[in-house]
Amino acid sequence: GGGVAGGLRPELKEAIDQYVASNKVVLFMKGSKLFPQCGFSNTCVQILNVLNVPYETVNILEDEDLRQGMKEYSKWPTFPQLYVDKEFIGGCDIMIELYQNGELQEIVEKALVS
Amino acid sequence: MAVSKEQVESVLKEKLQPTNLVVEDTSGGCGASFDVKIASPLFAGKRVLERHRMVNSALTEELKSIHALTIKPVTPEQWVE
Repeated sequence: GGGVAGGLRPELKEAIDQYVASNKVVLFMKGSKLFPQCGFSNTCVQILNVLNVPYETVNILEDEDLRQGMKEYSKWPTFPQLYVDKEFIGGCDIMIELYQNGELQEIVEKALVS
Repeated sequence: MAVSKEQVESVLKEKLQPTNLVVEDTSGGCGASFDVKIASPLFAGKRVLERHRMVNSALTEELKSIHALTIKPVTPEQWVE
């Protein structure tokens, strides 16, 4: 719930821009990679673990501003949200689909060598 | 505001012209949660992210109170029962 008024603050947008620019693979999730607090977030962490690539996680449960801001930044209503090389890839269903058809591995590997 | 399975179905039918649609209520006590399998000709030629965005934007209002949503968007040709 919450009905937070729209408007992604410019400082927050800039901070997110910088974060996704300096980390190739970032999962914005509920909980952390060591302690996911939702089944969907856990699934995504497991996929990234299987891909065996370096990645960062950001716990959106610890920051309500970030949580609302990310929804607007990504134009995506739910978490987790995966970013690879500054680009929004999708949520959990998309990650599963791209993982199963091999595209996720390609996307991530391409990003890591770029 | 609680969201019902029927509400999700009627919004998707109205906005996405599905040839096949299965909406399941999967909430296990933690709030409204749905599993949506949808086939629509509108998904043809669209990448997976775009297809999901179309479903999300059709359900913008409902998503304010839906806790979790699983979406499987396919074209009518890709639909498997």
